[in-house]
Amino acid sequence: MNQEPVPLIPLARKIPGEFTVNGEHFEITYTGHKTLLEVLREDLALTGTKHGCELGECGTCTVLIQGEPQLSCLVLAQACQHQDILTVEGMADGPALHPLQIAFIEVGAAQCGYCTPGILLTAKALLHENARPSRQQIKDALAGNLCRCTGYIKIYEAVELAAARMRGEHAEPLRESLYGY
Amino acid sequence: MATRRGIPGETGQSKDKTFSVVGTARPKVDAHAKCTGQTLYADDLVLPRMLWAKLLRSPHPHARILAIDTSRAAALPGVHAVLTGKDLPIQFGILPVSQDEEALCREIVRFIGDPVAAVAAVDEDTATMALELIDVRYELLPPIRSVEDAAKHPSPQLHAYADSGNFHKLVHLEFGELAEGFAKADLIREDLCFYEGNTHLPMEQHAAVAHATPDGKVTLWSSTQTPHYVHRALSKVLEMPPSRVRVIATPNGGGFGGKSDPFNHEMVVAKLSLVTGRPVKICLTREEVFYCHRGRHQALMRIRTGVTREGAITAMDFESYLDGGAYGSYGVASTYYTGALQTVTYDVPAYRFRGARAFTNKPPCGPKRGHGTPQPRFALEVQLDKIAEQLGLDPADMRLQHLVKANTVTANYLKIGSMGLGPCITKVVEGSGWKERFRKLPYGRGLGIACSSYITGAGLPIYWNDMPHSGVQIKCDRGGGVTVFCGSSDIGQGSDSILAYIVAEVLGIEPLDIRVVTSDTDLTPVDLGSYSSRVTLMTGQAAIQAAERVRAMMSGPAAAKLDVPSDRIVFGEGRVFDANVPERGMSFADAVVTAESKLGTIGNVGSYTPPRSPGRYRGAGVGPSAAYSYSACVAEVEVDPETGFVKVPTIWIGHDVGQCINPALVMGQVEGGVYMGLGEALMEEMAYRENRNVVHKWPSMLEYKSPTTHEMCDVITYLIEDPDPNGPFGGKEAGQGPLLPVMPAVANAIYDAVGVRVDEVPLSPPKVLKAIQAKAAGKEPRFGPSSVPLVPWPEATYVPTPAQGGDGKSRPRNTVG
Amino acid sequence: MLRLPQCSANFPRSIEEAVQLKGRLGSLSSYVAGGTDLYPNMKRRQQTPAHLIDVRGIRDLSSVERSHSGGLIIGAGVTLSKLIHHPLVMEFWPVLAEAAREISTPILQNMGTVGGNLLLDTRCNYYDQNYEWRKAIDFCMKKDGAICWVAPSSPRCWAVQSSDLAPVMVALDARVRLRGVEGERVIPVRTLYNDDGIQFLTKLPDELLVSIEVPSLEGCRATYKKLRRRGSFDFPVLGVAAWAQFSPDGTVGAARVVLGAVGSFPKVSDEAAALVQGQVLTEEVVDGAARAAARPAKPLDNTDFTIGWRKDMVPVFVRRALSALQ
Repeated sequence: MNQEPVPLIPLARKIPGEFTVNGEHFEITYTGHKTLLEVLREDLALTGTKHGCELGECGTCTVLIQGEPQLSCLVLAQACQHQDILTVEGMADGPALHPLQIAFIEVGAAQCGYCTPGILLTAKALLHENARPSRQQIKDALAGNLCRCTGYIKIYEAVELAAARMRGEHAEPLRESLYGY
Repeated sequence: MATRRGIPGETGQSKDKTFSVVGTARPKVDAHAKCTGQTLYADDLVLPRMLWAKLLRSPHPHARILAIDTSRAAALPGVHAVLTGKDLPIQFGILPVSQDEEALCREIVRFIGDPVAAVAAVDEDTATMALELIDVRYELLPPIRSVEDAAKHPSPQLHAYADSGNFHKLVHLEFGELAEGFAKADLIREDLCFYEGNTHLPMEQHAAVAHATPDGKVTLWSSTQTPHYVHRALSKVLEMPPSRVRVIATPNGGGFGGKSDPFNHEMVVAKLSLVTGRPVKICLTREEVFYCHRGRHQALMRIRTGVTREGAITAMDFESYLDGGAYGSYGVASTYYTGALQTVTYDVPAYRFRGARAFTNKPPCGPKRGHGTPQPRFALEVQLDKIAEQLGLDPADMRLQHLVKANTVTANYLKIGSMGLGPCITKVVEGSGWKERFRKLPYGRGLGIACSSYITGAGLPIYWNDMPHSGVQIKCDRGGGVTVFCGSSDIGQGSDSILAYIVAEVLGIEPLDIRVVTSDTDLTPVDLGSYSSRVTLMTGQAAIQAAERVRAMMSGPAAAKLDVPSDRIVFGEGRVFDANVPERGMSFADAVVTAESKLGTIGNVGSYTPPRSPGRYRGAGVGPSAAYSYSACVAEVEVDPETGFVKVPTIWIGHDVGQCINPALVMGQVEGGVYMGLGEALMEEMAYRENRNVVHKWPSMLEYKSPTTHEMCDVITYLIEDPDPNGPFGGKEAGQGPLLPVMPAVANAIYDAVGVRVDEVPLSPPKVLKAIQAKAAGKEPRFGPSSVPLVPWPEATYVPTPAQGGDGKSRPRNTVG
Repeated sequence: MLRLPQCSANFPRSIEEAVQLKGRLGSLSSYVAGGTDLYPNMKRRQQTPAHLIDVRGIRDLSSVERSHSGGLIIGAGVTLSKLIHHPLVMEFWPVLAEAAREISTPILQNMGTVGGNLLLDTRCNYYDQNYEWRKAIDFCMKKDGAICWVAPSSPRCWAVQSSDLAPVMVALDARVRLRGVEGERVIPVRTLYNDDGIQFLTKLPDELLVSIEVPSLEGCRATYKKLRRRGSFDFPVLGVAAWAQFSPDGTVGAARVVLGAVGSFPKVSDEAAALVQGQVLTEEVVDGAARAAARPAKPLDNTDFTIGWRKDMVPVFVRRALSALQ
């Protein structure tokens, strides 16, 4: 048996940090080598941000940093201080849900719901850039978010519905999307 | 089956019956929480003083543990406990016949990833470091790498309880006179097909939190589809009475069958919590999720079918060879399932099935969406396409003409109820322009058709008992709120919502006025779990019974107060009123108060047990169901003949769901099933490097290829509603069936596009190109297997068919007359 | 959850500061920009630097501008998204956007940088695995082990060059500016790479990739064709970059064909270039060049897909790339 002594591993030192998440300011101490994902979930109790691989291979942990979709599993929390971070918890305006959230609820775009936060945020960034995205542009924008439940179809339909409403149009879910052909 | 109490105006189930909730598209009860980040999955739970656990896993596919020294790990600051196999010596497993798993391996490790030790520490970093300090000495044993290997090396056995050598299970069933059937055939075809294993890949990695409290109880929160079975296994392994063990299934971030077994990590965190007196959490890494697996078995298949000139099947002889991995899991059931449902789509008068499941040194296989049936369905539907071409028949017409009939019993004693496959075929044929386009598209483009069927709930529970499969309890509040308690677990399919819709329908209230409490073994009546597409039918029937009993309780007092006969009382629109004079009535809340004033607390229970199957032979337990769903699928493909790349622009799918409870959710299940089927058809592979220590080839999200938005096709869905008398309001399953026809439809479309047969799943570019190159070289235009291993088949269990006057029992062949 | 090993992070504000820091911290440290390559590798314990030097805050690394000679100077820290949408790139160097759009996913393009992609670690089925997995095969020579599992009798590592931009930059004859403790040098990007899976860069450890200068594409056409399983996420199993300068008569004045993901470095096919030079890109000429270019390609068991099929795909993709130039 290995008789080497137990190595003395210095417990990771915590460092102070300031974060702005969903418009709220946080001053905390946290372990310096944590990713943004870990700090959001473990130090700020914002567990709405999920994780599926922690290697940048699934898109589940997507958040908006300065309005841009990024993977929180591959960003050092330290690098995000003083940046605007938006998570799914910050999408609603008080009790009023974001049009994307409403559309996802109405058409059934969330099944198990695990990829949903990341997809909502990626879609939000898309609609900010492009108020009238084509189906192909939605597919292109969401190509970095895997979903195992929906086959993406209800997600496209929900994004289109929300986009129409955000343009001020009166829009309802398509009948064939809810009842079939 | 639930006794239906009369609703005035209700004359049983029919297509023109009007419902207020059932059949209408509406949001799921948990949709708001899921779209705002409020849903708490297992890894989102945090308890005060919680520790983090990690598992040390075997780096060898097959080895004997000679010694484990945990002293250095235990001495690491921050480590609170280290466990090894001796701390959890009781074996467990999902099936009573294969209790072959250990929470931590005691003597033998059987695959790379089999856990041998566990650590609980103050944080995950410390637990991870501690694993490096556990010293394990192994003696390497030769690994069994494949089914062929298992056939060649019956010893040493991976498990002593195997049927024969390293074959875990060997099945041989014969229904009717096979030779006579083949003698009647105008054409007999034999084909070999191969289906690579694949896995569920839920987006959520398995996680669990355990909390042992000083009163001697333990609670486990886990991302499981089967809290009841976990409850039983946990109680057994911890040697604690079930009354002191509580299992709560958290919302699953995807299951697809992958969270249906009791798992090592669940046992381990519970034990660690007992040992440390603190809550303990574990969240598996993605690589560990691959090691949990219990997904689709790799299957090699031989199918021999006799048909008449018109394409009617006269006899079928089917063999499957399954690579089962290192443990039993659901494997016995999986093996039977590869032979069970061939008979429920087209009439098969004589049928033989032989199935072999090998033990190999790989993560165990078990149920994935479609459990054991996608592989044989692929073989059957591809072969039918070949048969149709040989006979010069249109493959859609040929299928339509030989459908199994509603309300009949198949050769292997499966009782068919409603059967809507015909309309499914008609719809996809029309929608896809089949008649105008099949065999007429330019080279490189093609259409293919395939059909399938699936069970709506297994007819038998996993352990033998006479109790119901599902229970529902309802409690009514004086304010008109209703709480529904049920043991079912929502894995994203919407089972919580179904309970609310059904109770709302019966009590005439809004789903929003119903709170659903599910999957908590302390609080909710037993439901066996989210597997075998059983939940909507079984919990639905139990909910109907409970709600109807509540309605019956409330009707009398309401009738007395309104001074009308109680058989005229109607529940609807949030009111309880006189059918003849609707203005005469009261609110539902007032009706509760009225009833409670007279009877005391208002609540009731309901339960459901599936009908008994006519099959009485050994093996008859797998396949029976209260109802079968049907699907038909046309796939369009574009094949690049230079690369073999297959693009699927569109899939048309018709699904006979009996009756939609919520059509929007059915649509989601159908589209999701097509997605998962497309992934299996084109790219997903759970493969190993057999010459490199049997390591998993690519245990990552990057290299296990799940289709992105770029690969997903358009889906044109037709929902066929042909209510089944056994289904709640006529409903049948939608979660698994629509996956099944996708793979063969794509394979058949590839043939239409470029004239080659790829008899293997996935239909990856190198295989397609090889077949195209073979065709160009004048060789057989096919890519696929060419031989099967030698298996010591047991004697056949012979069962005369219903047509032969059989009674469902097996008998020695010579007594058949 | 997979986590980073313990490490400290530094955030220099200038190139000079970053290079000095690297000189001081030495081999225990690593530059990092987008992190999309390094952090997964760290989580899998393929690399375990104790100190990170995060260069994303350095403004001088993040500009895109015209050079005096009409070329394009791209800061190494420019994100792939910024490159894709930059007006100069869209108008005058569309092949760069075409290739960058094929990298990983749109989200990772928001994070990954041009420099990071050019310096991407070589990849392999036996190397890009978790620590536990690699332990089960007793590791490989690229990290912690002694053998190359791709070719067990080989004395060298066969990890594969997997950058999409590298073959394009080589085809375009771009030059890279490197700044080290000893000073600055500018080298052709072609010479940045070594034919070795482990020592795949000629860049010294302390050198920071500062910028890439891409020559003008006036009178030229260039394209990139990528082969992979899925339309996003996946690294190339083959990348073909082709560049040609056309004479007024429609014949090819000069050309370069570069293969990615079929060796440990971007493979330049001088033979294919010679075959198209002075020719009109007819089907026959293109076919001949495609066959020539395919010869040195050496796909091994180091990526997705089967080896034989990948070899078969090389002439097909070279032909498609050259045809697209016509």
